Amino acid sequence: MTGLVRAAMPHLVVGPIVVPMAAAAAMLLLGEGRRNIKIAMGMTSALIGLALSCALFAWTDLHGTVAYLPGNWRPPFGIALAVDRLSAAMLVLTWLLGAAGLLFASARWHRAGVHFHSLVQLELMGLSGAFLTADVFNLFVFFEILLAASYGLLLHGSGKTRVRAGVSYVAMNLAGSSLFLIGAAIVYGVTGTLNMAELSARLSAASLANRHLVEMGAAFLLLAFLLKAGAWPINLWLSPAYAAATPPVAAMFAILTKVGVYALIRLWTLMFAGGPLAGFGADVVLAFGVVTTLLASLGMLASQRGAEQASWAVVVSAGTLLCAIGLGGARALGSALFYLVPSTIAASLLFLLADIVQRWRAGATVVDEAPFLNAALEAEDINLDDEGEPLIALPFSGSTALLGLAFLACALLVAGLPPLPTFIGKLGMLSAAVVDAGTHGQPRTWIFVATLLASGVLVLLALMRTGIRIFWSQPQRERPHIRAAEGLSVLGLLAMTVALMVAAGPAIAVANAAARSLYERQSYIEAVLSARVLPMATRPSGSP
Amino acid sequence: MEIVLALAIGVLTGSGIWLVLRPRTFQLVLGLSLLSYAVNLFIFSIGGLAVDKEPILVEGVRGDLIHYTDPVPQALVLTAIVIGFAMTALLLVVVLASRGMTGTDHVDGADR
Repeated sequence: MTGLVRAAMPHLVVGPIVVPMAAAAAMLLLGEGRRNIKIAMGMTSALIGLALSCALFAWTDLHGTVAYLPGNWRPPFGIALAVDRLSAAMLVLTWLLGAAGLLFASARWHRAGVHFHSLVQLELMGLSGAFLTADVFNLFVFFEILLAASYGLLLHGSGKTRVRAGVSYVAMNLAGSSLFLIGAAIVYGVTGTLNMAELSARLSAASLANRHLVEMGAAFLLLAFLLKAGAWPINLWLSPAYAAATPPVAAMFAILTKVGVYALIRLWTLMFAGGPLAGFGADVVLAFGVVTTLLASLGMLASQRGAEQASWAVVVSAGTLLCAIGLGGARALGSALFYLVPSTIAASLLFLLADIVQRWRAGATVVDEAPFLNAALEAEDINLDDEGEPLIALPFSGSTALLGLAFLACALLVAGLPPLPTFIGKLGMLSAAVVDAGTHGQPRTWIFVATLLASGVLVLLALMRTGIRIFWSQPQRERPHIRAAEGLSVLGLLAMTVALMVAAGPAIAVANAAARSLYERQSYIEAVLSARVLPMATRPSGSP
Repeated sequence: MEIVLALAIGVLTGSGIWLVLRPRTFQLVLGLSLLSYAVNLFIFSIGGLAVDKEPILVEGVRGDLIHYTDPVPQALVLTAIVIGFAMTALLLVVVLASRGMTGTDHVDGADR
């Protein structure tokens, strides 16, 4: 296995982009029906992507950052891809959520519209590209790919609420893309490069011309990333959009805000972890993070529907991460990276559970807001249901207990209570903040600590109320119907958080190593700038 | 030339932002289009404005930015234009669907 990976490096780096692209293209050739084949293809691609990401993660943990030159141009020319521990971890998370979402959707929701499976693959491609690229403009291009796919996925299932939420979602993200472009253009104009490693090296130079222009470009980029990360006050589009999306799609969207967080971590550590501009914007990020976290926790308390609560859980997680990034320091960042993974999984799980619970509460009178997913239409069109529902929903004896336990675990995860891994992450962030209080400054430290604790309490209250309403205050009724695919994806995600809890020690060690290398920057810069160009195949003389 | 371009970008951005803040979806689409025009012009100008300079290497001329215009912003703006067009077309489809389903062209899908 390691031999295979060794032989395939560094070409493996481009795998998570190429595999879903090929799968999406092949699925388009199949037309609108043939959903069983598409499920098989989609799951195969997702599992290959997951395996590739895991291989890349193991490789980067052992051997450090790897760069890949798709165009075979000598860096800093051309576009480079680079994978370090952070990128690889984000890839694993992306593909995990992608696989779980696909599995969940294959029970029912993928029939609610056309080209669902291709869009999912394109979404995964855009996400992988955004995590892999080492070029600012290429980051923009992959942002657009994943956004374009997400527009399609958000509208999957159609219906009034989705389209209405879609208008503001698309408009906000288009405006955000304009901001990103302005920022990238200013940064290029001042530094003359878009390669992140070269950019970092140039900004570290002691005598930096036009430093105010650099700061202005960075401020535009910051605004664009904060918008993607769902920071207040530009996150009011997020909750309606995510709550309106079909549940498996929303579960995959849980990672979209983390793309903004990732881009912020990547560029800010590369640009401002040292040199004359060190620490630029940290206070702003902390302030936005604090307000976002607190307001999202309040939003969770105020929301009535499960999906709404889940979408606020996404924002709480992103806001907490923004707080930790704003606070700064490798120690806090390491714990934040560890917190990122289980908190994203938890938000994703909450969307899936909200769907099962909603169907259970509504009973036989369930009305999905999806015009193409009603029983009469399915019966008419044989193509819509050619599998004859082998994954039929069975009310088995433990299904209430399973649902209840899964919800309990989710509540603990989102609120960050022991023994689940988000607690460990939060505790790490808090202790890092207190230990480094001298370097962070007292007021910032205590604002950070108070925010994290307060949001934990608010989130716990909100989820406890929901849990009581769902599981205790209802009169006796039949057990929930959980389809095999749905149960499997929920259990799979839960198992991942349990695994993170059991293996918390090594996982935190990796997260801390990732954070340290982000702050040191040298390994990333060296890997990208010293990536070797492959020798060109020499043409026989005489040929054109 | 610089002043004319700067004014054009400024006017486009200003009108774009004004229109984006309006409540009707048509104004929103126009506003985002104007914004993307402004951004495209801005990217184009970031490489520096020059008259009569080659964009592609010519034999016998030293290959530096004193003798050539910067080709990177031109490549960037080409990408940005294509993406901007595609996204605007997509927004138009969503806006039309919203008009059909909600019966109003207000961005919130409801007239107050």
